[in-house]
Amino acid sequence: MKTLKLTWLTALLGALLLPLAQAEEVVVYTARNEQLIKPLFDAYTKETGVQVKFATDKEGPLMARLKAEGRNTPADLFMTVDAGNLWQAAQEDLLKPVNSKVLAANIPAHLRDPANKWFGLSVRARTLVYNRNKVKPGELATYEDLASPKWKGHLCLRTSKKVYNQSLVGMMMSEHGEEKTEQIVRGWVANLATAPFPDDTLAMEAVAAGLCDVTVVNTYYFGRLIAKKPDLPLAIFWPNQKLSNAAAGVHVNISGAGLTRYAKHEAAAIKLLEWLSSETAQNLYADVDLEYPANPKVKADATVAAWGTFKPNLINVAQAGALQAKAVMLMDRAGFK
Amino acid sequence: MINAQKALSRFGPRATAIGLALLTLIPVVVVASAMLNPDQAIWDHLWRYVLPELLVNTFWLALGVGVGVTVLGTGLAWLTAACEFPGRAFFAWALLLPLALPAYVTAFVWIGLLDFTGVLPTWLRATWGIGALPIRSRGGVILVMVLALYPYVYLTASTAFQGQGRRLLEAAQTLGVSRWRAFFKIALPMARPGIVAGLSLALMETLADFGTVAVFNYNTFTTAIYKAWFSMFSLPAASQLATILVFFVLALVTLEQLSRNRRSYATSARGSGGAQRIRLRGTAATLATLCAALVFLLAFMVPMVQLLLWASHIVATDLDARYLAFAGHSLLLAALGAALVVSLALALGYAQRLYPTPAMQLTARLATIGYALPGAVLAVGFYVPVAALDNLLIDAWRSWTGQEIGQIFGGTLAVMLLAYCARFLAVGFGPVESGLARITRTMDEAAQVLGSTGLKRLSRVHLPLLRAPLLAAAALAFVDILKELPITLMTRPLGWDTLATRVFEMTAESEWERAAMPAVAICLVGLLPIFLLVKHSDART
Repeated sequence: MKTLKLTWLTALLGALLLPLAQAEEVVVYTARNEQLIKPLFDAYTKETGVQVKFATDKEGPLMARLKAEGRNTPADLFMTVDAGNLWQAAQEDLLKPVNSKVLAANIPAHLRDPANKWFGLSVRARTLVYNRNKVKPGELATYEDLASPKWKGHLCLRTSKKVYNQSLVGMMMSEHGEEKTEQIVRGWVANLATAPFPDDTLAMEAVAAGLCDVTVVNTYYFGRLIAKKPDLPLAIFWPNQKLSNAAAGVHVNISGAGLTRYAKHEAAAIKLLEWLSSETAQNLYADVDLEYPANPKVKADATVAAWGTFKPNLINVAQAGALQAKAVMLMDRAGFK
Repeated sequence: MINAQKALSRFGPRATAIGLALLTLIPVVVVASAMLNPDQAIWDHLWRYVLPELLVNTFWLALGVGVGVTVLGTGLAWLTAACEFPGRAFFAWALLLPLALPAYVTAFVWIGLLDFTGVLPTWLRATWGIGALPIRSRGGVILVMVLALYPYVYLTASTAFQGQGRRLLEAAQTLGVSRWRAFFKIALPMARPGIVAGLSLALMETLADFGTVAVFNYNTFTTAIYKAWFSMFSLPAASQLATILVFFVLALVTLEQLSRNRRSYATSARGSGGAQRIRLRGTAATLATLCAALVFLLAFMVPMVQLLLWASHIVATDLDARYLAFAGHSLLLAALGAALVVSLALALGYAQRLYPTPAMQLTARLATIGYALPGAVLAVGFYVPVAALDNLLIDAWRSWTGQEIGQIFGGTLAVMLLAYCARFLAVGFGPVESGLARITRTMDEAAQVLGSTGLKRLSRVHLPLLRAPLLAAAALAFVDILKELPITLMTRPLGWDTLATRVFEMTAESEWERAAMPAVAICLVGLLPIFLLVKHSDART
């Protein structure tokens, strides 16, 4: 009787401590969510036979986890949204440079780390969305112009706690300097029709309902909302198109990935990264979320293409990371919540 | 052998308590140690621009939620435990259901319904020209959190009221004391440990909450900690804020402890059986039914109906066989976790009863502080030492054999369960502690005289009397683990998803409609312990 109990106990303990299976595989820590990334990994496995295992979490905890695991981490790739997060991962020495001709050819220079520690895999444009019944496109011009008094009480924004706005303001700081950017952000805050929203979709719904006239969002949220509610009186406006200075062009950010510093399956991980940048994978990667492919040879999804073409801002997205903490402080000072 | 047993019974309880305190304290210390290299520029900034607002915000939130859950939870508990009114039997368990809904989901649903673009305000505007309701406000966040968190107080207070001998109240009434006076003078003070246990849980949850306040964009300690850590990349500043929060909670808990230390809440358990409920009639009965129905409607039915509507839109595309595995994982984690949390809470509570010294009380407070820490902070604080231990072992193995091995503890269920204990011990300990407080010490002495000591006394004398509090503790821990996110995300084995992580995948991308299905599934699994609770209290009456 006693031995039986003991056997059970041992078996139970053994099950509790069961380590992860080891096989030919690539392990990915990803802050890009499961529903966006799993179809891709499934396709890769089908094509190459290589298993892709992944853990999803928010980018902050994932980086803390990589750091804690150090050289014994099971992760080979770190995948996240926003250049700010990738920049921080490189800063913390969690990533390793990859010198790949394929990646260099597929991904434009301003969408990857100058030291090749991370690569953009899709482009996300942060643009203006306005209410067609209340605003004529001719009245809109630039992000900066949203600070002018003519928009008083007509602007809706998402919270400054979201990294997309932090990157946008960070990039503006690198274009205009800190002082002028703070003035612009103060102008935005003065023009708000209501307190900032927790997400882009709610901000657009407020524009559609007439609470305000214009907001700043990532285009794929617009795409998702319109797919669900095609009758909303909303339209996209591409700002900063007529400028020719540093502030010219729509602000773009990326989702991307880098090789972890202590990757156990380095060659396999680089192959996956290269495949993700290839023409086969880019549409799958970007279209599932209505984003833009990072590889310029690949055409965007038809829905996305219908929004028209735009001139992107060409400053390297790494700037957003370097200035992120300062951007957060600036927005705190300006009262952007 | 006998000596070993003696030694165990002498030091065992204290060692257990210290071990449990370490389980929680190690993560706290790991987090706090980051303060050692302070980040002056960022700290100055937080001090000047962030702290003033968040102190005021946190104060009002804690006060509002504290008063709200106490009044609502205690009032409803008294109604369903001691009174008889139409629908009582249904509301007695139905009022627990909001526990199974993650608070941030309830928050999102209510904002969706009441904000400018919501159905109701749009209709009000079109029909009456009335402006939007100010739901995204301090009042709004307090209201939603009260609706989400009152069940903690409701459950612990119900357990306390049910355990009270009705004889005391009957005695008071024969002495000419009115029902109302008897409630305020006798029933309420006697239920205090239970009410306070629930209130502490609700307050700790409020202070640790990130999801709900984020939906409201309401800045608190937690949002500032996340901002410092994950947006400004300053672990030291985050650590300073988290440490202030921990001291704040410890001070509150200690104050409460001091204020009730000298009182006794024990009752003779014999008077509890077969008690008559107060039969409410006429207006009083109608009012009671209306109150219970209104709370049930706002806290559960409305969010649930909205979730079901959303889920119906996506069930065809999103529901697949994987959901069985998600639900299975959730159930496994919640059941094992709850069992472990309750066992450890019982050990801690019993140790405290055996050695009611100030040192032991402090140890118990420290062991249960994990619940007041923002989940992601605790998760990282817990994972760092686990990974360090793994690294030590892996490196030792490598230098010994020259072979590479994978993680040993990382990615195992054992680590997940221990982390849950570090976070949720308070959830088990609250009900157990208040339950133990109601058992008279004369019972212990009688048992001792009859030769029952140590574990024997616990199992033969205390456990039968603790059934209701233990079940309450298990139900709370079960549902809390079911909803838990940061620890689950960080420590789960690769590719091992639960219902809660499904909710995360969707809400992280603001796809609230698609999050509805796993949220409804959480609720269904969460019904299980509530069902067991009900069965238990039905068996008693």
